[in-house]
Order: sequence, then structure tokens, then C-alpha cells
Amino acid sequence: MRGREDEWTGLMRSAMAGDDAAYHRLLKAVTPVLRAAARRGLARAGQPPDQAEDIVQDILLAVHLKRHTWDSEAPFAPWLFAIARNKLIDALRRRGRRVFVNIDDFAETLPGETPQEAASAGEISAQLNTLPQRQRDVLQSIAVDSASIKDTATKFSMSEGAVRVALHRGLAALTAKLRDHT
Amino acid sequence: MDTDQLIRTLAADNAHRAPRVGALLTMGLLVAAPLSILIFATFLGVRPDVMTAMHNPFFDMKFAVTLSLAIPAIIVSLHLSRPEALMRGWGWLLLLPVGLLAVAIGSEAMMAPAMPMTMRLVGKNSRACLSAIPAMSLPLLAGALFGLRHGAPSRPALAGALAGLLSAGLAATLYASHCTDDSPLFVATWYTIATAIVTAIGAAVGSRVLRY
Repeated sequence: MRGREDEWTGLMRSAMAGDDAAYHRLLKAVTPVLRAAARRGLARAGQPPDQAEDIVQDILLAVHLKRHTWDSEAPFAPWLFAIARNKLIDALRRRGRRVFVNIDDFAETLPGETPQEAASAGEISAQLNTLPQRQRDVLQSIAVDSASIKDTATKFSMSEGAVRVALHRGLAALTAKLRDHT
Repeated sequence: MDTDQLIRTLAADNAHRAPRVGALLTMGLLVAAPLSILIFATFLGVRPDVMTAMHNPFFDMKFAVTLSLAIPAIIVSLHLSRPEALMRGWGWLLLLPVGLLAVAIGSEAMMAPAMPMTMRLVGKNSRACLSAIPAMSLPLLAGALFGLRHGAPSRPALAGALAGLLSAGLAATLYASHCTDDSPLFVATWYTIATAIVTAIGAAVGSRVLRY
């Protein structure tokens, strides 16, 4: 457990120093843990587990957009679990249940626990269609067509800087829509 | 979009660097400050006898009290902008102005009273105090909330209340240079009520706008 969390902290430090691959690995590594906790939270609230993926995506977006609030001297896991817990409580509350989520739900997740694969996740896809054209194009290109920033820039005759701006604004707008419209 | 696609997209945005919450809080307050100062200059102004008042320790004490509210409130609000932050170990900072006021009230009580207690308590400016401090706080509160929105507080209402405390502390610092009531009893009563109003507004607005 300690080892896993130390590894996360190391990956996050590299990510903040500009290592995109480390960031990708970190997000991949935490996702099964978040998914298991989301399923457990839903189960305890008597909700079907198929909404877990929406919650996981919501958490990942928040982690991404709030990562400047992580203190690189501090361990990563408590910060991550605080965000995850907040998002899980929010999601359960939105679904009309008052549930107390224990922080240990996250910390105690065993690494070997069956990492069920991504089920449907409808919320982000639905909100994606409400974004301005350019942001939607850029997000689609990078997310769905797995194009690089460079390729996306060429495809839409944009500068790479403009692609980066549209990408970041699109992610921020998605998060705002998920928060306000669900 | 499935989760792997989302992760890939987030990783592509890794180069984006957001400023620190403290930087945006500073910016928000700096943009708001001229508005509050404008309200102050238009409707209040520094009291005419300020040069002599400065020799009165109870006049100076007002600034110690208001700043000992504003500065710790800024520090605690920044602390709470981190998702895993707890109030534990930080709350005592907010008791500083309370302690200062208690000392000031105690020392005033030991001196020969210049005025009866009820007059010191009620003063001449209680109504002005109750409207001016909240009015000057509002721009600062908006600026503080703008800055703190950049954070990730796990208790948005609490973070909003801190934004209220810090803006009331700053507004009260301005107001203290106008007000001719220097008795710590006056400060403890009316400044506190004005601060409570702003804090309640901050908590109510914060619980909505500081969710992330």
C-alpha cells in the first residue's frame, strides 16, 4: 500500500515537472482504485453500479483541473482521495441519497481488486455535444481519434498553441457543465 | 468518451500550468480594493483628528484587531483551498482578534473611564459601522471568492465564510480610520456584528460558487 502510494507521488512529481507519460501512467494507475471505490459507494447507497464510470470521469477531471492545489512536498494519495471522496459524495447527493463516504473506502482498496473495465459513461459524452464547435473538434480529435496535438493542429489548420488553449478550455467547460447541469 | 480516452486527453493537457490560488486571491483583492476605497473616500474619509488620534492606543488597537482578523483569515482561506486540508490546528489563528479585544477591554476597564460604559458601547457611529463595513466588504468578498474559486475546498461554505472574514477584516481596517469610536467595547460589539453579517453572506455564496 505504502509502496503504491509512494509511486503515485513520484509519478505526480514527474508529471508536474512536465513528463506527460508519467501523468498518463499515474491516471491509469489510480483509475481502478477510484472505480472500485465508486462502485462500493454506489452499492452502499443502493444505486446501480453502472454509474460508477461517470463518477470516475468526474473525479479524473477534477484531479486534472485542480492539480495546482497539490503540494508537491506532500504525499499524493490523501489529496487524491479527498477529491474523490468529495466528488463521490456530490454524485450520490445528486442522485438523491445522503450517504457518508468513509475516506478508508479509497485507502483500503486492494491493488489486486478486480479492476472492472470501463462501463458506459454517458455524462461527459452528452455534455461534449454542447461545447463550442472548435473545443468539441479538438477534444474529439485527441480523445476519440487519438490524434496528437500536432496532428490536430494540422487537421484544423490551427496553431499548436490554439489547440492547447481549446483543449484546456474544453476540459474546463466540460467540468463546469457536469457540475452545474447534473 | 470512455475513461481511457479521457485519460489520454487529460495527459495531452498536462503542459497547461495554472497559477497558484494565492496569486489569484491576491489579484482578486487588488482588483476589488479600489472599489472599496472609492466607497470609503466618497462616503466616509479619514477622521479629521487622525494625527492626535494616533497617539491614543485604543485608536491604534482597532487596526491591530482588524488586521489580526484579516491576515489570519487570508492564511486559513488559502490553507482550506486544498482538498485534503482540515481546520484542525488552524482555527486558533482566528481567535487572535478575540484575544486582542479581550486584552483591550480589560485595559480600558482598569483605566478611569472617560465616558460611561453604555456610551462607549453604543458610541456615535453604530449605524454607520453596521452599513459601512458590509458595504466596503462586498467588492473585496467578490474578489476573494473569485480567487478562491481557483482552489478545491472540501467545505465550500466554510471557505466562503473565511472569504467573508478576510474581506470584513480588510474593510474594517479602512473603516477604523474613519470612525471616532475607539472604545474596545464599541469595536467588540459593532465590528463583530458587521463581520458576522459579511461572514454569513460569504458562507451562503461560497456554498454555491466554491464547489468544484
